Amino acid sequence: MIALPSPDRSVLARRHTVIADLQRLIGPAAVIVEPVRLKAYETDAFTAYKRLPLAVCLPNSTDQVSALLRYCSRHGIRVVPRAAGTSLSGGALPLEDAVVIGVSRLNRILEVSVEDRLIRVEAGVTNLAVTRAVEGEGFFYAPDPSSQIACMIAGNIAMNAGGAHCLKYGVTANNLLGVTLVAPDGEVVKLGGGHLDTPGYDWLGLICGSEGQLGIITEATLRILRAGEGARAMLVGFRATDVAAAAVADIIGSGIIPVALEFMDKPCIRACEDFAHAGYPLDAEALLIIEVEGDKSEQDALLARLETICRRHDPLTVRIARTAEESAAIWKGRKGAFGAVGRISPDYLCMDGTIPPAQLPEAMRRIEALSREYGLMVANVFHAGDGNLHPLILFDANDQESFARAEALGADILRLCIELGGCLTGEHGVGIEKRDLMPAQFSAADLAQQARVKRAFDPAWLLNPHKVFPPEFAKAA
Amino acid sequence: MGFSTLIAPSDETALSRAIAEAHAAGAPLAIRGNGTKDGLGRPVQAASVLTTRGLVGITLHSPSELVLAARAGTPVAEIEAALSAKGQHLIAEPPDLSALTGPGEGPQTIGGIVSCNLSGPRRIALGAMRDHVLGVRAVNGAGDVIRSGGRVLKNVTGLDLAKLLVGSRGTLAVLSEITLKVLPRPERTATVMLRGLDPARGIAALSAGLGSPYGVTGAAHLPPEAAAQAGFGERAATVLRLEDFADFIPRRAAALAAALAEFGPADILDEATSLALWRTVRDAVPLRVGEGEAVWRVSVRPSRGARLAAKVAEDVPARFMFDWGGGLVWVVGPATELAHRVVTEAVCAEHGTFWLVRAPPALRAAVPGLPEEPPALAALTRRVKEAFDPKGILNPGRIFAGV
Ligand SMILES: Cc1cc2nc3c(=O)[nH]c(=O)nc-3n(C[C@H](O)[C@H](O)[C@H](O)COP(=O)(O)OP(=O)(O)OC[C@H]3O[C@@H](n4cnc5c(N)ncnc54)[C@H](O)[C@@H]3O)c2cc1C
Repeated sequence: MIALPSPDRSVLARRHTVIADLQRLIGPAAVIVEPVRLKAYETDAFTAYKRLPLAVCLPNSTDQVSALLRYCSRHGIRVVPRAAGTSLSGGALPLEDAVVIGVSRLNRILEVSVEDRLIRVEAGVTNLAVTRAVEGEGFFYAPDPSSQIACMIAGNIAMNAGGAHCLKYGVTANNLLGVTLVAPDGEVVKLGGGHLDTPGYDWLGLICGSEGQLGIITEATLRILRAGEGARAMLVGFRATDVAAAAVADIIGSGIIPVALEFMDKPCIRACEDFAHAGYPLDAEALLIIEVEGDKSEQDALLARLETICRRHDPLTVRIARTAEESAAIWKGRKGAFGAVGRISPDYLCMDGTIPPAQLPEAMRRIEALSREYGLMVANVFHAGDGNLHPLILFDANDQESFARAEALGADILRLCIELGGCLTGEHGVGIEKRDLMPAQFSAADLAQQARVKRAFDPAWLLNPHKVFPPEFAKAA
Repeated sequence: MGFSTLIAPSDETALSRAIAEAHAAGAPLAIRGNGTKDGLGRPVQAASVLTTRGLVGITLHSPSELVLAARAGTPVAEIEAALSAKGQHLIAEPPDLSALTGPGEGPQTIGGIVSCNLSGPRRIALGAMRDHVLGVRAVNGAGDVIRSGGRVLKNVTGLDLAKLLVGSRGTLAVLSEITLKVLPRPERTATVMLRGLDPARGIAALSAGLGSPYGVTGAAHLPPEAAAQAGFGERAATVLRLEDFADFIPRRAAALAAALAEFGPADILDEATSLALWRTVRDAVPLRVGEGEAVWRVSVRPSRGARLAAKVAEDVPARFMFDWGGGLVWVVGPATELAHRVVTEAVCAEHGTFWLVRAPPALRAAVPGLPEEPPALAALTRRVKEAFDPKGILNPGRIFAGV
């Protein structure tokens, strides 16, 4: 278990006054204090850890967020920013002595401009709602996390979320033009805007992926892109994981950058097939889903080239979609992958390490060995083109010992990613989950520098404390 | 520039030692590669200049993983050549702005380009330099070697200091090594060209092109003088670039031209003409900047580009070129405080931003080289500067006076 500190008694003792003050600031209806209602906020999608917060505030404007932060910083009260709570790393986990500030009521779409290719939204708009708002014009918002129905733009920015299509279109940081940020002292700063580049410090780059450490995001301007003429997928089953991995390297090396290049291993194929009946090859040790874009003739040409490359690796199955429906069928299993694995084991930990793609065969071999060593099943499904692994470690939450083993196995897998030249997290963030592993990736000087930047924004270290930074670096100024 | 000492470390350890010594002595350093971008900011007051030109060499190139790493002083041209040998290229096509800035003491370095976050026409489609920096090694103002990011394509581990350092122009830390995402070079390039449009119509055409599904990777509008400079005769040229596999290009170019029919008949430029055209746009050569002229690189919403230009032209004699679908406006005007005020006000009215990229040192010292930050942001800038460079010895005053 990851150690969480005991709450500050002096703050708990002031609970009633604090709540009354918060209610005065944003109205009683926007402050949740009853334990039964607080329960909905006690965790995020990293459900092994739970804490009831002191209170949850749901402001409806940037001004209210500013008033809340000004109050909390003046009174030394910790704050946990929250969007939809789908974080897989415990990034939105509350603390008993902290006020959760949620942005779910900031859910207005403020502007859509096709001629400037942007959309301006409040930060509690969901990822899918952004694409829905622009798809009628033939546009889309590129980062498409699998959680897109629920997760919100604030959470996407805070975690620098990616998706299946980011090999071609980039992650959140590459598609963000501006944010309104309320700093921990309540000051409102506008960063970027409707234009592409801003000389001076790259605040947007710093805020993106900052996991609620630097301020609360209340508004964002996002780039929207014109959708391609069409897209089509193919599915290829291989007799071994390292053969599939070699095919991935050949594809990228050939000069074709598919819009998506997804990998699944046997346990995952089986789970998805049982769940979605997508016609996945059950005899394959690994499969790739590859998607290309263009008009029909271009799709045909690219798929034919990809088929030639894959055929060199002696595949068991090659299925090329001829229609949009056949593409959707290929994607069906993949899109439900986490849910499908959830059916074979109610509890799993989703790892998110990234490795250099050339290390895929080695990584797959060593993860398999670790899985045997720990006696826990691991299912793999991930974005192969960019080496972002998602090993799912299956365990039984009712068995503390099994959970402890799962955590230890996860840590070993992440250390392996670093050893192979990669990193702890490609898109889910550090949160509390990987906090204590940070020294495996960074030197003390690296972490001290990050901590100084955190203090430049949050000198009292009140915003989302106990996350991201190992305790020895997390010190107020 | 009349610096008394030149420090040219040949490895990161020596770089770290040199900065640690300057930190101990509280002695400011002017940071540069080969000095090609000395004119792109406020003049720096420092007794010593620290150059990264001794930190050279490509340290990693793995074509199938789309990554390349090089030490900061490596010439951009050397990196481009190495990539080209494997059929790849730098995605953001960084410009060579020597037409504006004059030559430096040597070829521009990757550290310089990254520290200024300078990108070319492809920025509109595939992102800026900063979007392709996967990781950096650097030395902060206390002499500590720090790393951020890495060599993998996806990485959200910890605060993204790499992004913060990119574009910080040597004021936070000195980059020693940079790892970049690279891509295969497209097999074929072509350009769809429309003639005789005014800036507003030209930008509307670019918007229509960028809103089409044909994958436009460059979208520029050259008013008559600029078009003439680029060799197309004295008529405005509105140009849209397509890059992809050779067999895809003819159909796409025809489809794009058809989609833009309302803007008039289109010419389709072949590969050689296209490559030359986009290189000259990238490098801002068609501006044909002369003595006594300053250049502002303005970034606005594309739909405001034409209005901004018109507003500036009302008050000062100025020339323009539009890139990034109209969102990047190059403004050439007299190197005077009056002209600077006119540009600043026009940019402010259109909610954009600017960077004074060419002006005599006296003007650069007298006026802010980019819009002044509101107080809350200025305070963050100062605190972040302090977090990296507690004694303010790295390129003091380069971006903002007193920072
Ligand atoms: C089934 C499933 C599939 C997923 N698939 C993907 C995927 O494909 N790609 C991917 O990248 N992620 C994925 N995730 C992870 C998760 O959805 C993303 O991290 C998402 O961006 C979190 O958004 P959220 O709105 O739920 O944020 P939350 O979980 O509420 O918060 C996430 C972090 O942001 C901070 N935060 C929240 N709001 C603000 C704010 N206003 N200002 C500052 N900080 C704030 C929080 O403190 C926390 O640290 C998946 C999760 C699940 C459960």
